[in-house]
Amino acid sequence: MFDIPLILFFEGLTNGAIYALMALGIVVLYSVTGVINVAQGEFVMLSALTVASFREGSVPGTVYIVVAGLVLWAFYDAISRLRERRPGRALLAAVVPLAVAAAIYLIVVAASRAELPYLAQILLAVLLTTALGPIAYRVIIQPLPRASALVFLIMTIGLHLALTGLGLAFWGPQPYTIPPFQGGSVRFGAVFLEGQDLWLFGISAALLLGLWFFFGRTLPGKALRAAAVNRLGARLSGISVVRAGSVAFTLSVFLSAVAGVLITPITKMVYDFGFLLGLKGFVGAIIGGLTNPAIAVLGAVFVGIAEQFSAFYISSAYKDVLVFLLIIPVLLVRSLQHLDFEEHVE
Amino acid sequence: MSAAMRAGVWLRGGLFVAFIALLIALPFTAGAFELRLANVIGMHALVALGLVLLTGYAGLASLGQAAFVGSGAYTAAILASSYGLNPWLSILAGMALSVVLAWLIGLVTLRLKGHFLALATLAWGLVITGVLRNWMSVTGGNTGFGSATGNRIPPLTIFGHELSGDRDYFILVWGCVLLALWLLTNLMRSRTGRAILSLRSGSVAAASFGVDVQRMKMLAFLLAALLASLSGGLHTYRELFIVPGLAGINASIDYLIMTVIGGLSSLWGAVAGAGIFILLKEQLQQVMPRFVGRSGNYEIIAFGFILILVLQYARRGLVPMLDSLLPPLPPRPIRPQAPPLPERATRATQGTLLELSHVTRSFGGLTAVNDLSFTVERGEIVGLIGPNGAGKTTAFNLVTGVLDIDSGAISFAGVPITRLPPHRIARLGLARTFQHLNLNPGMSLIENVALGAYSRTRAGLLAGMLGLDRAEEDSTRAEALRNLHRVGLGDDPFARADSLPLGKARLLEVARALIADPELLLLDEPAAGLRRHEKEELKALILRLKADGVTVLLVEHDMDVVMDLADRVVVMNHGNKLAEGSPAEVRRHPGVIEAYLGREVA
Repeated sequence: MFDIPLILFFEGLTNGAIYALMALGIVVLYSVTGVINVAQGEFVMLSALTVASFREGSVPGTVYIVVAGLVLWAFYDAISRLRERRPGRALLAAVVPLAVAAAIYLIVVAASRAELPYLAQILLAVLLTTALGPIAYRVIIQPLPRASALVFLIMTIGLHLALTGLGLAFWGPQPYTIPPFQGGSVRFGAVFLEGQDLWLFGISAALLLGLWFFFGRTLPGKALRAAAVNRLGARLSGISVVRAGSVAFTLSVFLSAVAGVLITPITKMVYDFGFLLGLKGFVGAIIGGLTNPAIAVLGAVFVGIAEQFSAFYISSAYKDVLVFLLIIPVLLVRSLQHLDFEEHVE
Repeated sequence: MSAAMRAGVWLRGGLFVAFIALLIALPFTAGAFELRLANVIGMHALVALGLVLLTGYAGLASLGQAAFVGSGAYTAAILASSYGLNPWLSILAGMALSVVLAWLIGLVTLRLKGHFLALATLAWGLVITGVLRNWMSVTGGNTGFGSATGNRIPPLTIFGHELSGDRDYFILVWGCVLLALWLLTNLMRSRTGRAILSLRSGSVAAASFGVDVQRMKMLAFLLAALLASLSGGLHTYRELFIVPGLAGINASIDYLIMTVIGGLSSLWGAVAGAGIFILLKEQLQQVMPRFVGRSGNYEIIAFGFILILVLQYARRGLVPMLDSLLPPLPPRPIRPQAPPLPERATRATQGTLLELSHVTRSFGGLTAVNDLSFTVERGEIVGLIGPNGAGKTTAFNLVTGVLDIDSGAISFAGVPITRLPPHRIARLGLARTFQHLNLNPGMSLIENVALGAYSRTRAGLLAGMLGLDRAEEDSTRAEALRNLHRVGLGDDPFARADSLPLGKARLLEVARALIADPELLLLDEPAAGLRRHEKEELKALILRLKADGVTVLLVEHDMDVVMDLADRVVVMNHGNKLAEGSPAEVRRHPGVIEAYLGREVA
């Protein structure tokens, strides 16, 4: 008699783990940089569709985005050296990103022709998508060191539009699927867990634990947290805020990229599907107040489970409505908490 | 008025006349397609005007304005079609429902940091579209609602004349746009508009003028929702057919893009941005698929890059940039003979004004202020001093209500203010300045000072929108000029605040505090960072104010300033009161010497 709830629970856990990776990326980025990245979900789509391209033996569109981004990077670096009146350095500054762009392009083209083992294709897709993290930071965030949080928010909406549109241009409106990392399934009472589910749980859990260790125990992790708490103080103690921002952006993109290759064997992927996944990650992140990673992860898992239960017991058509309505009581509780006037001030 | 300013007036006047002439000429000359585009632009402009108010002026982002367009449109359509409500009333009902929904969202998000409103409105847009798509029996679902799906929406009528076709709607839509422009332009020049603008100089500053920050944020949010739902209602009757996409996240993002392009802080920018966006989208929808070789909404790629590039290289937007190319406008004149603003009714000259008794506040394990008691008598200058980390600033924040106290009580002029929010405390007659300047750098001196008059003036939202507040505005500006003179900045009232050196900027903050006619003036480290002659100027000013009967509580690091000015000094150390007395007494106090200079080596 507990079969259905148990099945729903595990289905919810599958989605919830994905939302948790997104939520964690959102919290890490927001804590360190104060930026909300609306385009968080687009990287899920990019990594998944990149794998699909590799499977077809075609060059994934992602590589063109990376190359274009690196060209812009070279341009920005050169400009800023020129402003410092160091033309020799300008040339040098431009050469490095351009060389990296050329190398990435050649590797990816070669990889798409060679019939690489599947796991290698997945690794390459995740790495290629993750490369967009530092690029996006350099090209979009870093040029405006003193802009308000509002401006950054609107800029990431621009990024979301551009990446969604490019996804449509490169891959078209049809859904893609990629094979599971491993076949087979295990029975767990009435629940059949596919091999991909186990991979998904395992990798998500490993990433969550790894990040917990990174932020809690290692020096770079602690430095990132310091930059999050007090930017000026971090700078005075030799922590580069730019570097911290870039690392945080990269980390959050990496989490999305991993989420993409984990979930697509189960659910398929369309050019605009990443956005919806990202938004559900936001619901989890909001439950954690945008700053508490542990509660954000639990909140995201709860979102995944609540989604499955409401789809089954209430209405499958309204499951998204119910998930997004969830933030209203969460925000209400946060609003009712007693705050000093200063604390709810920008 | 200089020749350049005259040219500025004529050029802008000419542009305005040309714009109005274009609007008048369009219905007679334009074809059906152009008129239709003009109507689409007008309806988008209404939503964008709300976003300027909300995002540009109040500094709050909404990613769900389309949800209010949708709730306005669907409420009107459903009530008129299925329940036979009068079409005009149905538009009003749609606006009313949208405002109630906005109020509920505002209630749970506006107390939180700015990002929560953006995310909540984003989620709200998805909720509304989800309901519109799935509540088939009422909304018609994905196929839409209207005559094409068997729900006849009755037309709008004026005096028996049925409005139909884009020519009729052109007059209605653009009439609404011009009316909204006029009302909002008036609003932003009024007391309420200034209060909304003051949110940008920080909530603490705004509250220190007596502005109820939450209320002003809510007001901006509700007005934005009102305009969006009006646009939705007009859309319903112009098209007589509506689809859920009207409320969708992509539509919300469109509104944001056009507002950014035109200029987030420009009402005319909203209109221009809507025009540019709609025309550009029309073109891009033709051009972009040719690049890709497939049909699809590829224009979002271009708009994504446009959004990023505009924010990186032209953040103020198009209209403000063009405006700054034109010669400047003359400032609004000041009428010094305008009647003065009413003074505070009850002003005793003696007795205790401020009383702290056993006030304690800790942050986690650190007790920043411990069992602090002291009073400020009317007409006194009291100095609150102490070494770094003594708890002076915390004490200051407790008095102004910025921080809540853990235990103890504070009363002001006999009124307990322990649990009052900052703006209520300010309205009782307590005005302050800031150690880190909280001025509106882009505004003139006179406008900055006028911000401080909020608690002394009355004009409400409607009076401001309709321009019925002229007399009070004249008095406010005259009073602002008087207070600029009082601090010695009256010579150039139209200079921009960011043109002042630090010392003068401090004086400007004092003028802004004085215009509130305060009983108690709190100065937060006014001498910090000042040069010697600036300090002398400041000291002279404070003594003049004392002679005028202003009571002053001075939190200060600079011993010379405090010792020269204060009648009485309270010394804090490690959150405790260390000593209290006249400057001479305090100077001899062994504990004070130790706290400042360290223990003598025995």
